[in-house]
Parts: sequence; C-alpha cells; structure tokens
Amino acid sequence: MPVKIDRDKCSGCESCLAVCPYESIVMKEGKAFINEFCQMCKTCLEVCPEGAIKEIIETKPSGVAMDNLDDYKGVWIFAEQRDGIVAPVANELLGAGRRLAGRLQVELSAVLFGADAAQAEELIKWGADKVYFCESELFKKFNDEPYSNLLSKLIDTYKPEVVLAGATAIGRSFLPRVAARLRSGLTADCTSLDVEDDSRNLVQTRPAYGGNIMASILCPRTRPQMATVRPKVMKKGEYDPARKGEVIRVDADGIPCRTKVLEAHRETSGHKVNLQEADVIVSGGRGLKSAEGFKLLHELASLINGAVGSSRAAVDEGWIPYSHQVGQTGKTVCPKLYIACGISGAVQHLVGMQSSDTIIAINKNPEAPIFNVASYGLIGDLHEIVPLLIKKIKEHKEK
Amino acid sequence: MHIVVCIKQVPDTAEVRINQETGTLIREGVPSIINPYDMHAIEAALWIKEQKGGKVTVLTMGPPQAEAALREAISMGADDGVLLTGREFAGSDTLATSFSLASAIKKLQVDMVICGKQAIDGDTAQVGPEVAEFLNIPHISYVRKINEITDGGIKVERLMDEGFDLVESTLPVLLTVVRELNQPRLPSLKGKMNAKKAEIKKLGGPEIGAPTERLGFSGSPTQVKRIFTPEPRIGRSMIEGTPAEQVEALLKILIERKCV
Repeated sequence: MPVKIDRDKCSGCESCLAVCPYESIVMKEGKAFINEFCQMCKTCLEVCPEGAIKEIIETKPSGVAMDNLDDYKGVWIFAEQRDGIVAPVANELLGAGRRLAGRLQVELSAVLFGADAAQAEELIKWGADKVYFCESELFKKFNDEPYSNLLSKLIDTYKPEVVLAGATAIGRSFLPRVAARLRSGLTADCTSLDVEDDSRNLVQTRPAYGGNIMASILCPRTRPQMATVRPKVMKKGEYDPARKGEVIRVDADGIPCRTKVLEAHRETSGHKVNLQEADVIVSGGRGLKSAEGFKLLHELASLINGAVGSSRAAVDEGWIPYSHQVGQTGKTVCPKLYIACGISGAVQHLVGMQSSDTIIAINKNPEAPIFNVASYGLIGDLHEIVPLLIKKIKEHKEK
Repeated sequence: MHIVVCIKQVPDTAEVRINQETGTLIREGVPSIINPYDMHAIEAALWIKEQKGGKVTVLTMGPPQAEAALREAISMGADDGVLLTGREFAGSDTLATSFSLASAIKKLQVDMVICGKQAIDGDTAQVGPEVAEFLNIPHISYVRKINEITDGGIKVERLMDEGFDLVESTLPVLLTVVRELNQPRLPSLKGKMNAKKAEIKKLGGPEIGAPTERLGFSGSPTQVKRIFTPEPRIGRSMIEGTPAEQVEALLKILIERKCV
C-alpha cells in the first residue's frame, strides 16, 4: 500500500529520513516528503513520533493481479547444466524446494534442458518427484531466448506456484525474461525462503542496499512466485539412489531464436576462478603491494583447495584480472571459509563476502573495518604470516 | 544507428559508511552518481556511435533530481536525455520499471538498447532482460567485448561463471555490459557546454502511452514485506601472539575445518 505523510502533523524531526532504506524521504519546506523512489516498505511508519505517516488503502486496480491463483500448484526448480553436467546449485535448489514443497504439501519438480537422461535420473535421486526434461541440441549451450521460451511455455502449461533457479550467470540472465513474459514477480539473489501458511505466499529474503539491509519480498497477487537463489546458501537435498520419480520428456518444437552461441570458452587455467562455487577463498587487497603478492595467495589457495579472490583496489592496480574481484562491482560469494589478506574492508568489498561462514582477516591495521565482519582476526604483516602458514601446511601434509 | 542507454542514479556506496552501533548505513552527505555499470553502457554506446554513426539517447526513471545523471551522460557525449518521472511511477518493482522503460523506448526508433549489468543499490540485474522481453527483442547479458557490428547483427563476448561465450544476435538487441568492456571517458569541455544547454525531455505515464494500472505500485507483482538489519557476526576472536603463534592457531582452524 502506498505511504503518505500528513504534512499538518509532521514536525520536521527527520527521524523518518534516517530509516528509509531507499532515500525516498526528503525535506521540503521543513516537512518530510516521500518521493518516487519509495518502495512501500513501511519502515518509516513505525518511527514517526507524531504518527504522521500513514498507509493509504490502494483503490486503483492493479494491472498485474491474476484471479486464478489457486490454479497454480507445486514447486519447481530449474536445474541448470554446464557442458552437460548439472550444476551443484541445482541440488541445493532441490534441498530448498523439498522443504517448501513439504510445507505446501505439493510435488517438487525439476526442469532440465540440454543434458542427457542420466542427469535427469540423478535429479530424482536428489529429491525431485518429477523432471521435465528436454534433450534437444538447442539447449546444450546456454541461450536466453530458447531457454526462456521453453520454460515460459512449461510454466504456462503446468502452472507451478513457485519457480526457483540459481542466482548464477545463467539464472540471472534468462529468468527475468520469463518473469516479464508471464507478468509475474521475480526476486533476485535470495538467501532465505519461507512460506506464509494461510496465504501460501513465498517469503523471499534477499540482501538489499549493498547487503547492509535485508528485505523480505512477497509476490501476493500473481503466480508463479519466482526467485533466483544464491549458490552455496541452501543445504543440498538428500541423495537417495533408490528414490523413484517420473521423467517427462518435452520437445522444443517451434521455438524461435534470434541469438546464437557460436563458441563457449571455459577457463582452463590451473587456478579455480569460479569463486561463487568455491568452498574456500583466499583473497588479497592493496596490502599485497604487487602482482607478485598474488603468487603467495595462489600458492596458499592451491594447498587448501581454494580459489583466489581480490578486492577492487587490487584489480584497479592491475595485479589480478577483474574475474577475481569480490564485492559490489565484482562477485558476491559465500564460501565456507574466506581468508582476507591485506584487505582493509571497504563497504563495497564487505557486501560481497560478509555472508561467508567463517572469515579470517589478516591485516596490519587494527582499525581496519574488515575486522568488524571477521570470525578470526590476525593483526600482523601478511608477508610474514602467509609464507609461514604455507610452510606449516606443507609440513603438516607431509606428516 | 539509434542507441538508447538506460541508466540509474544511485547513492555512491563507495562513500557509504556503516554505523557500528546500529549496523545501518550512514547516508548523510553521500553523493548521487550514475550507477557505475551504466557508465560502461554509456561508453559502449558512444564508441558504437563513433564507429557507425548515429545517435545516443540516455533514458532514466526517477525523481526530478535524476536529471543530473542525464546531463552528466550528455557531457560525456550522449545526444539526448529522457526522464520518466511522476507519482504514477512510485513503488515500481523491477517488472513495473522495465515495463515503463520499454514503453518509453517503443516510442523511439531504436537499433540497440544498452544497460549496465545491474544497479549497485538493488543488485537485481533484472531490468535489462525484462526490458528486452517487453520490447520483444533478444538480449545478451554481461557483454565484455563487442567483436563486430554489421547492418543487421552484432557479435559479442559474454562473461559466464566459468569463462566466456561468443554470441551472435540480430538487431535490434539489448545488451547488458560489465566493467571489463571498456573505460568510461571523462566529459569534454564541449560536452559540458552541451549538457548545460540540453533540454531534458520529461515524460509521465500518459506520454509513454502506458496504462496507469501497469505502472508503479499497481503494476508491481512484488512487494516489500519487511526490511531488517542482518544480525551482526557474533563471537569474533582476535588471534594474538608472535607470527609463529598466530600461524599455529590458524593451522588449527584450517585442520578443524578439514581444509588441510
């Protein structure tokens, strides 16, 4: 519902300005005023000491509301494949999907394009009751148009109430097209999912405003309720080789396509770069002092089976390619272990890694903000600590 | 070649500090900037215009002060600025935003639409692909290199999670771009003069021919239920001692977590 400020009651105390996460309240002639950036989050309602902020009941008809919400049943997950192998995030989605399907007392289905039948069977063992499966060549390489066309068509036919996909390069690129075609809501990059019992609404929680606030989003007037889910956040489903399910083959006839994927180049260098799926990340910042410094981190990372990340500062210095950058303008990661070496911890970096399970920070400056998000802090020179750690790990491995 | 660049004015998060007591953002005095990814979108459009000729229009939706972002883009070399503004757009989620932008773009004859990969305040990366769908044109996300532009098509490299793809599309097309694509130029003196003089076209719902029930809150399937501050990390411990002692403790943590 829209929110309005009663200008007669407003005392101009500005308490609402401070809490608005969207900077949508401005002062005009000594009174608070809500501008077009308002997202109707209602945070300001509670803080106004004068009770001047009110919710007004919307009477204008909605242009998107559907009247057949009850026709939609079931939880779907989109299982993305890369080079024919289902990505790990699909099993995490099956874990989350199973929980939601249990709450809603409906079936859990997976959708798989462009892999072989054995991969479809695997999805059943990971928890799917049904797999909608299209083996067509058209889907071997990821291509937005055929992917969105076929998924929209399937959703239109079978009407699931919830559709989840990974918040990966693939999921984040084509799910918005599907949402726009179906005129339903999509919430990006969710880190937690729940169900409201009475309404069956999916409560989709995601970091917003640079990860410093969390927002719970609902999609109450339309179906399906779609969300992309951040990799490595949800627990994988339980693998049961004896589980039985149904594989439903679908064909891709008459899917038009204006884009063509000519070549797919995969990173083949020895260093793991897929930061978003790494369990361990060793990350470096300005404190490394040179490109040479990253050699140390690569060595440490390879010893503990990790990937190498970096702060924006190190990328800007040209010490390491942008594909390694963690943070707001780089990648958002949440590994089990994040080791930050010589990273001071600017907000723009913190928002990309602060949800990691365990954070170890090594920094010379005891005041560095990175220590505020760290599980373990080491004040010291990384050029002393890291080489020593490498040596100790090697000794330990030889034992 | 007519290229429309969709941009967004956002608070400069590099300037944002966190209040350690409350865990909330301190936004006082934080300047507004053009979303950093959109700077690369503007640069890409200007570069294509230099190669192929044509015109670059920058488009944004926001409060009246978002005009400053359009003027900045013009100072870099864009030809025209269009601002979607009005109460009817209030409360727009990504779908309503995309619908509004697409409605405005439909009024222009365009060969290409370029957007930044995502905005740094919402981080959804949804508006670009959704605009493409509403326009019924193809899109390519995360473009890191433009290899070739012909009369009817384009060939680009898109960044993926584990490498990159070479992708071809017909025109018109919508691209979303990443930082690797280019280095945004600085405004020129002539550009600054143009920006001062430029007339920014301001459009509301009626001007873009969009039914009001598809705009703003009424046109938004998603609603914010609640906003809260994430729980701060508890139980931080500092590992003290000589470097050798620190490393010993660190090794123990790594062994406990089965990293070694």
